[in-house]
Amino acid sequence: MNISALTILTQAGVAPDSALSSVVSMRDNIIGMTQAAEEAVLRPKETGAFPHGLRAAIATRVARLAGDEPLAAYYLADAGHYAELSVPGEPGSQHQELAAILSFVDKVANQTRDAAAEDISGLRMAGVADADIVRLCELVAFLAFQIRVISGLRLMNGKSA
Amino acid sequence: MTRVIHKFTRKIPEWRPRLVPVKLEEATAEQLDALKVTPSNTKVSDYVLTLAHDVESLSVRSPLFNAIMYDRGGMSREERELGALAASMVNRCIYCAAVHADRHAKLAKDESVTDELFANGENADLSPRNRAIFDFARKAAEAPPSAGPEDIDKLSKVGLSDEEIFDLILSSALFGWANRLMHVLGDPVSRREAI
Repeated sequence: MNISALTILTQAGVAPDSALSSVVSMRDNIIGMTQAAEEAVLRPKETGAFPHGLRAAIATRVARLAGDEPLAAYYLADAGHYAELSVPGEPGSQHQELAAILSFVDKVANQTRDAAAEDISGLRMAGVADADIVRLCELVAFLAFQIRVISGLRLMNGKSA
Repeated sequence: MTRVIHKFTRKIPEWRPRLVPVKLEEATAEQLDALKVTPSNTKVSDYVLTLAHDVESLSVRSPLFNAIMYDRGGMSREERELGALAASMVNRCIYCAAVHADRHAKLAKDESVTDELFANGENADLSPRNRAIFDFARKAAEAPPSAGPEDIDKLSKVGLSDEEIFDLILSSALFGWANRLMHVLGDPVSRREAI
């Protein structure tokens, strides 16, 4: 396994040939599929309403909401002209049409339990297609997973150090 | 008549989508492949048909989900279910909590752990090992995640191997993902009574 191409291992600082590396290697398949999932939500062939740069900006924003600045920096590199959206808060006038999308992202990311039917009907009324609502949820939901695997691995890495 | 369920239960509800799932007869070849629809298997849940709107994610998500919850070695399936349940309780995903509490009870051949968790939440009276597992998974599921070095130490102290700890990280994190689909895209509703 090439560790340098695997986001969860590089972000958690899992060194090749370390004790932790041999522990996680039992789940090589899962680590590989996690990388494939990152590709599927950050850099899909079918982007729907969310081009790759916007997805990267949303990922940066979600990483920041989770307090993970190193992961935020990793995603920010691909955000291009959407970079301003990576800062939690209202979007500037240039991207005002994305305000509803971003407030939905923030809620699903960090107030998950409060998500309600009105949040979905609100997006539909704002003209977001059902397929795009699913795409947006998959992106935020995957990031919740990735952030927590990295955070757990960092704790394990600290323990074995 | 159906009603939306708001309380934790081990009785598995129906899941009612808040948007329109992909219609099987209109699915593309790529969607059918991800849905694993074959002439002998044409039953697909509304949940999976909803996720089929994003077929690239669905194609990688299903095998990843199965590997984290069912692959051999490492943490027992029963304890992975406890990790899944803890996350689902934090995110109040009633549907996920029901499914994984039910699986835990069946694998453990014991309903008392999940009864106690649903009755008393994070103050539940648990064995030291279940307590360490549940506390780590619960804190890891919070947003931002709040598990710290002391929570990992507790897992080691009650006897978890590093392989088991990694499996717990994976299973609780996986429900950070699953809850944000199931709880956000649909409602858990009581099953229609048979006529």
